[in-house]
Amino acid sequence: MTTESRATAAPAGATGAAAGVDPAARSGYTEHPPRMGFFTDTSVCIGCKACEVACKEWNAIPEDGLNFTGMSYDNTAGLGASTWRHVAFIEQRRPLARQQPGVSHADVDVLELAAQGASTPPEQAGMTPTEPGRPDELRWLMSSDVCKHCTHAACLDVCPTGSLFRTEFGTVVVQEDICNGCGYCVPACPYGVIDQREDDGRVWKCTLCYDRIGDGLEPACAQACPTDSIQFGPLDELRERAAERVRRLHDARVDDARLYGADPDDGVGGTGAFFLLLDEPEAYGFPPDPVVTTRDLPAMWRSVGVAAAGLLGAAAMAFLTGRAGRGASGLRGRSR
Amino acid sequence: MSGDRTRRASEKDDHAMSQDDVQGGHPPDREAMTGVATGRDRPAPRADGHRRRGGERPMVPRAEFRSYYGRPVLKRPVWSARDIAGYFFLGGLAGASSVLGAGADLTGRPTLARGAKVGAAGAISLAAVALVHDLGRPARFFNMLRVAKASSPMSVGSWLLAGYGPLAAGAAASSVTGRLPRLGRLAGLGAAGLGPLVAGYTAALITDTAVPAWHEAHREMPFVFVGSAATAAGGLGLLTASTGDNGPATVFAAAGAAAELSAVRLIKRRLGVVGEPYERGRAGALLRAAEILSATGVGCAFLSRGDRMLSALSGLTLLVGSAASRFGIFYAGLASADDPKYTVQPQRERIENERIERERPTDEHARPNS
Repeated sequence: MTTESRATAAPAGATGAAAGVDPAARSGYTEHPPRMGFFTDTSVCIGCKACEVACKEWNAIPEDGLNFTGMSYDNTAGLGASTWRHVAFIEQRRPLARQQPGVSHADVDVLELAAQGASTPPEQAGMTPTEPGRPDELRWLMSSDVCKHCTHAACLDVCPTGSLFRTEFGTVVVQEDICNGCGYCVPACPYGVIDQREDDGRVWKCTLCYDRIGDGLEPACAQACPTDSIQFGPLDELRERAAERVRRLHDARVDDARLYGADPDDGVGGTGAFFLLLDEPEAYGFPPDPVVTTRDLPAMWRSVGVAAAGLLGAAAMAFLTGRAGRGASGLRGRSR
Repeated sequence: MSGDRTRRASEKDDHAMSQDDVQGGHPPDREAMTGVATGRDRPAPRADGHRRRGGERPMVPRAEFRSYYGRPVLKRPVWSARDIAGYFFLGGLAGASSVLGAGADLTGRPTLARGAKVGAAGAISLAAVALVHDLGRPARFFNMLRVAKASSPMSVGSWLLAGYGPLAAGAAASSVTGRLPRLGRLAGLGAAGLGPLVAGYTAALITDTAVPAWHEAHREMPFVFVGSAATAAGGLGLLTASTGDNGPATVFAAAGAAAELSAVRLIKRRLGVVGEPYERGRAGALLRAAEILSATGVGCAFLSRGDRMLSALSGLTLLVGSAASRFGIFYAGLASADDPKYTVQPQRERIENERIERERPTDEHARPNS
């Protein structure tokens, strides 16, 4: 319980206030479909990166570097203008519940194994993420990251052209024919999602496949996911399903399981794309307690107002005290 | 020794792609680890070997933080320092100069008025060029005026500039040509009304981001920016006005520098860990330079009464000091966005504090030491 992030701090509220703020209605849609989102259950992610590929293919995203990072199996490195799904790989020497996959094969007799033939008996087969293991073994966490489609989206708030907009599904999308590449949304995002393409000058990010969901299809990544780690659907439903999944994992002694972004009372009003994580958010590269920066904008404007008034006051003072100085120098000028 | 070098050289050649090639790569002391070396119990390595300046030693051990291979959580602002930090300086110079120009106009100081008005128009024109140049799609500049959004300081600023620019230009044109003096004075007063906002809104612009060193300083930053603007405008006044007219410019610059420097000091003190980038590296050097330049400039300005040469020199010093301050603040923001420590650590502390707050009333009796 102590390691739980604030996202699961109030599980009772998660269903009670599940609706939270309705972003589409707040943006002026009178009649609109339910808010759609992603539930990414990282406990069943196998790190196949089919989501990354499907996203690139469907959205015709250009190649953005074929790199070797040395970060486990993650050579994508992170979300960016041309990476809208990113699978993180985290290797830890730590049990996942009472289990772990083994890396030490010192006690394995290879010849004896060979005698079994090509197949391994199921009871000797490798781990699944929820299968108990020995406490000194390695666990390998995988998680597919994506734009969070925040309830209170800083990128959308600060966009000066109206290029970023809220869709009827409550998602946040960039209109590429409007964006003038001012770059304000880039540092505004508390998750570091949206970014500018250098050659193109505009900013790009996940659209939650706006072109697909309008036609009743699910987003490309969710469709391609072979384990249903990425689930797409009405957010209310997803939140209920996720709460149930956490309960089941806790029953299975996977005590680390917690939701991230499912709490409508968090700093961004809950996210449209939320996650079931098996470690603290920062281990996956998520900010542990993100806050929409525009929450403090009234305080900023107040401060600007006071400072601006101060500038006028300083000028008044300068010319009032300067008058004496001018008199003196004026006299000096006249006497010359 | 030589063998070592060859090995390193050949390594570089063999692996055409290395970690250095990854966009924004990660610091060498945060290498990815696998197998036995990894683990939750092993704290993330320290971001840097820096020791705090001065003799102050933290009483508690430094809080550790976790991250994904040391990679930044946030995306670094894509703005170029020359264009955007330069714009902050020029916009501030223009806005505060308009105030100074109008005051000089009203109190009959023609050389100060003309210098300030022409300076304001010139600075804001250059500023506009810098802004457009920094856009990813400069041809779409006018999309800025497609909507008006109070939630976007950049939108507010675009409209402010759209109103302020022509006023400043009109005031300058009238002042130089001597034509339409009444209209020119009105334009100058209008520019002086908008000027403080032009100088100050940029503080809201950078603090309205997730960049920790900027956002957390959102209460003080407008005073830094407006103060720095007054320093610069005072400097320009000292540079351009005759010795008989430049008295108010000196006082204006002194007030600005005092506000700016004390606000920066307040930021460094109040922000704690998040304030570190203001004291380190390029940002730290620039801000220290700004402090020295502004203080020297103000001192010389007060000593220079009647000495045209020394006035001009102190004016120049103040202008450079103001610019150094803007660039320093800009680079501090970049540094704080680049290091996950500044994102993760304060947020983790906030969670822990809230958890302690939450558990206090219910757990009181269960605690052994409460």
